[in-house]
Amino acid sequence: MIETRQLSKRYGDLNAVDGITFKVEPGQVLGFLGPNGAGKSTTMKMIAGFLSPTSGSASVCGHDVVDDALAAKRVTGYLPEGAPSYGEMTPRQFLHFVAEARGLRGDKRAQRVEEVIERLHLHNVLEQSIETLSKGFKRRVGLAQAIVHDPAVLILDEPTDGLDPNQKFEVRNLINAMAKDKTIVVSTHILEEVQAVCTRAVIIARGKILADATPAELEARSRYHQAVSLTTTNLAGAKDVLSRVADVAAVEYDTITRRLTAIPKPGRQIFAPISELLKEQGIPVSELQLESGRMDEVFRTITHGDLGEDLAEEARA
Amino acid sequence: MSNIVTVFKRELASYFATPVAYVFIVIFLLLAGAFTFYIGNFYERGQADLLPFFNFHPWLYLFLVPAVGMRLWSEERKSGTIELLLTLPITMWQAVVGKFLAAWAFIGIALALTFPIWITVNYLGSPDNGVIFASYLGSFLMAGAFLAIGSCISACTRNQVVAFILTVVVCFLFLLAGFPLVLNFFSAWAPQGLVDAISGLSFLTHFAAIAKGVIDLRDLVYFGLTIAFWLYASAVVIDLKKAD
Repeated sequence: MIETRQLSKRYGDLNAVDGITFKVEPGQVLGFLGPNGAGKSTTMKMIAGFLSPTSGSASVCGHDVVDDALAAKRVTGYLPEGAPSYGEMTPRQFLHFVAEARGLRGDKRAQRVEEVIERLHLHNVLEQSIETLSKGFKRRVGLAQAIVHDPAVLILDEPTDGLDPNQKFEVRNLINAMAKDKTIVVSTHILEEVQAVCTRAVIIARGKILADATPAELEARSRYHQAVSLTTTNLAGAKDVLSRVADVAAVEYDTITRRLTAIPKPGRQIFAPISELLKEQGIPVSELQLESGRMDEVFRTITHGDLGEDLAEEARA
Repeated sequence: MSNIVTVFKRELASYFATPVAYVFIVIFLLLAGAFTFYIGNFYERGQADLLPFFNFHPWLYLFLVPAVGMRLWSEERKSGTIELLLTLPITMWQAVVGKFLAAWAFIGIALALTFPIWITVNYLGSPDNGVIFASYLGSFLMAGAFLAIGSCISACTRNQVVAFILTVVVCFLFLLAGFPLVLNFFSAWAPQGLVDAISGLSFLTHFAAIAKGVIDLRDLVYFGLTIAFWLYASAVVIDLKKAD
């Protein structure tokens, strides 16, 4: 379990993290979202015990990260931003070093190291120095290092940054597989990742929490929530049909994807009436889709723009 | 204690994982030999002692020890591994001491590899091996003091070149403090107490005292305190500068 209370970090005049309060329970995967420089990494560094807070507090499994730092560090696995590791070591040496520093001894250590090697598919690079590895492997070594002691709490700072789509998929699977009994915090600025791994998303900007909700709830805030998109050859006819449906608030045309999108009035369903009317009018439609909402649009609205303030109020309430 | 050993082992192994260790050892041995035989006139003196060998150690260390010390913390900071190291369940002082001891042991290995000169002098004559042992001890302690300064300065910057140059300068000041040149400058106007204090801070004074074969507790305490002070300062600096 992770708990922060009014956690703040100040650098001179800059409030890097400004009064962040949240709680993550075992079984939850918290996605930390925010533009660059929002304070995501600083918050994670404080929870991991690398930086000490200017004010406020954080605790991991009941251990305060400042007053009871060693106990807190023992139950935490941490992947720092950029997955740093000692370049001259081989993954095997490196993992043994971390396991030893984590207090694992003898057979137990060998067994745990083998387990994480297995889990992250590091067999083929074990005897190569880490600096010669590809970015994907370096990241996987960093992840292996973070889970070698089977921690109750896992803090991963941009775990999939710089990975190719296959590697991203693997890392997400790994996080999902571990999610059951662990408390996990993942920072990212890849929005699809939030839907793929997180049970909860916290959006922060300028050091403050602006939204705290499930990914589905965030999507529901999108103006595209329950919108209907379609592709057709008879553009004028389709536009005409969409504008005749009573609950349609606006119709947009994307010149790049050549799709029409009808946005509903808040809380209304427009999929059924639109599809019926299109059929009635005999307008050829090659594709018709009900949208659940656009995460990138929600993210943009929350992190700049006035709407952000309202949502912050909502998050606090 | 076991955490210090863990950090120590990793650090020491890392020296030998790259060519740095071998380059350092070879250069150290070559320079030590060159100084002893060409500048120190080891043979021409016709005396069975290692004075010409040990006399040059302070000057050798002035450039070689900062080269070992410069990477201690600046490399950790540059590569970001400092974040990894300090979020392991080890304390700051365990990390500082473990890394320092590894670097010191590494210099100790280089120093120990000068043993052929000890064999040579024993083959050629019958030197006072007690004095030679004391000189080795003094030399090793002095290297530790240089290194502790290097550790602290390396914690101040992520740039190894800056760390190297600053360490050389600070070490140079600590060496020169015992030179007549500096002491005369002060003795002209400063009270005798201050002059004594400055000369008391000099590595040379204490090294020379031990190298004479007299292992005085005060000289040991001096090096011990110097090392402890600079290591403490390292920990403070690391803590202050972690964020940037």
